[in-house]
Amino acid sequence: MPIDTIAPSALAAGDFLGRIFVFDDYGALFSLLSQSIVAGAVLALIGGFIGTFVMMRDGSFAVHGIAELSFAGAALFLFVGLDVITGSLVGSIAAAAIIGILGARASHNSSFIGVLMPFGLGLGILFLSLYQGRSANKFSLLTGQIVSVDAAQVSEMVIGAVVVIGGLLAVWRPLTFASLDPDVATAKGVPLRGLSMVFMLLLGVSVALSVQVVGSLLVLALLITPAAAAIQLTASPVKAVVLSVVFAELSTVGGIMLALAGSLPISPYVTTISFLIYIVCRVIAMMRRRLTGSGRISAQENQEEPATSRVH
Amino acid sequence: MSEHRTPSVELEAAALSFGDRTLWKDLTLEIDQGEYFAVLGPNGSGKSTFLKTLLGLLPLSEGAVRVLGDGVRRGNPRIGYVPQQRAFGPDTPLRARDLVGLGLDGHRWGPGFPSRRRRARVDELLERVGATEYAAVPVGLLSGGEQQRLRVAQALASRPRLLLCDEALLSLDLRHQSAVSQLIEEYRRESGATVVFVTHEINPIIDDVDRVLYLANGRFTVGSVEDVMTTETLSRVYGAPVQVLRVDGRYVVVGSQAASEAPGNDCHAHDVGGEA
Repeated sequence: MPIDTIAPSALAAGDFLGRIFVFDDYGALFSLLSQSIVAGAVLALIGGFIGTFVMMRDGSFAVHGIAELSFAGAALFLFVGLDVITGSLVGSIAAAAIIGILGARASHNSSFIGVLMPFGLGLGILFLSLYQGRSANKFSLLTGQIVSVDAAQVSEMVIGAVVVIGGLLAVWRPLTFASLDPDVATAKGVPLRGLSMVFMLLLGVSVALSVQVVGSLLVLALLITPAAAAIQLTASPVKAVVLSVVFAELSTVGGIMLALAGSLPISPYVTTISFLIYIVCRVIAMMRRRLTGSGRISAQENQEEPATSRVH
Repeated sequence: MSEHRTPSVELEAAALSFGDRTLWKDLTLEIDQGEYFAVLGPNGSGKSTFLKTLLGLLPLSEGAVRVLGDGVRRGNPRIGYVPQQRAFGPDTPLRARDLVGLGLDGHRWGPGFPSRRRRARVDELLERVGATEYAAVPVGLLSGGEQQRLRVAQALASRPRLLLCDEALLSLDLRHQSAVSQLIEEYRRESGATVVFVTHEINPIIDDVDRVLYLANGRFTVGSVEDVMTTETLSRVYGAPVQVLRVDGRYVVVGSQAASEAPGNDCHAHDVGGEA
């Protein structure tokens, strides 16, 4: 096609797409940045796991609040010249502990989280403006960047993942009980306050690590969206966790791989993929509800379980 | 079976107060094994706190309490608990069978691995309450009556010797009230377990109840339904004139004091749905 027949707007569009999807020297970049991909995969695993419990506990707002203080901690450590990951860990665990102490249920402390959030963000901005170093570092705390991950940071993340997932597995049943059915769980002697505290601390670690990929403003895309999409498709707690992890991996690893060669940050890729997955899941749930009429899960899934148990 | 057995619940000079407000005091009471015991009274009379003391969630201010021959402790597996119906969000990631499963091992640590035995037990419990048909349906999509059937199955999972029901029939229609109360009564007859049922409406369970504890305004009385549900007795408990009407085998308490439990209505019917 001769170049002069293309309208200027199409040229601009081509240029725009060219900036988003760049695959020059992809193989070389891939091997160079494989560490970032590993880091992303580890974080997605954490996000998918803990996100399901965030959904059960209606804790989206707490995640956001913790992320803002995580940002403040990271900014403080950047300013004083210490490790940024440690800084975000300190900030988010402090926030998680405060929220955990103040209340066992999300509904009781949403106003407090609302108060905490701008304070954290303000502190972060203060430390960043005092910081004299490269400005690219500043921006990445908010919007995320993973290309600079080194081996030490990857192992830090793997340790974090082992702590979070191991912790969640240990409290799996009582935490599910306490989150979804607090009255009976209390009557059954499940320690609601203690579990709430444990959960908040694990959430704090997860947020601090996720801030490294998507930044504190976009942590919800990693910790909320995949799980929110998963529970559109299934009400089985186990399947919800599995789907949530799959969706988180697709968004994070997929986003990093698309972003590798370009000059744009990773976060818009990650957030867009996870948002699209969420939309697809919602549409499926809506169609399923319309098809079954009653809104209940399809008849065959309904009958499947009693039928298999009768065989034994 | 007629020889003396340890009572299911023993209270000795028990009192419960918050600050300077005393809900009840000098409560001495034994509930026998296999007894169906109702706890009645207006809101704020301390009905639910009575259950909380038996569950070990609230210490008595004075006196002593023993449950199933032992001191109270949290998470006693020999106690089952049926709560009042509460709505689940439509997206709650929990199916009917999962809710029942929580009653079986939700208090245990670890992820809990699926086993044939566990599955068979959950199926058995679901079948017992007639919930097999909706075993895989998310709890958020179930009706109140269906949810309460599951609550019974959940409570029976640990084969309790003492079943505590806290307004378990509230906000159900008459048909479901009778279905759910029937499940509870069936279990009591079969297993010989004790039922303590906290309610502000005695009528749905009136045929099953052996004795009643009526709490009001810091006073109480204990006795058979016929003895307690009279104008004289309840006027004494409320410390103000109330009238007890018996209509078609059902009780209605009328009076300005009794009305305090249902503001804006000077007649507190113990069975509002009964007229329908």
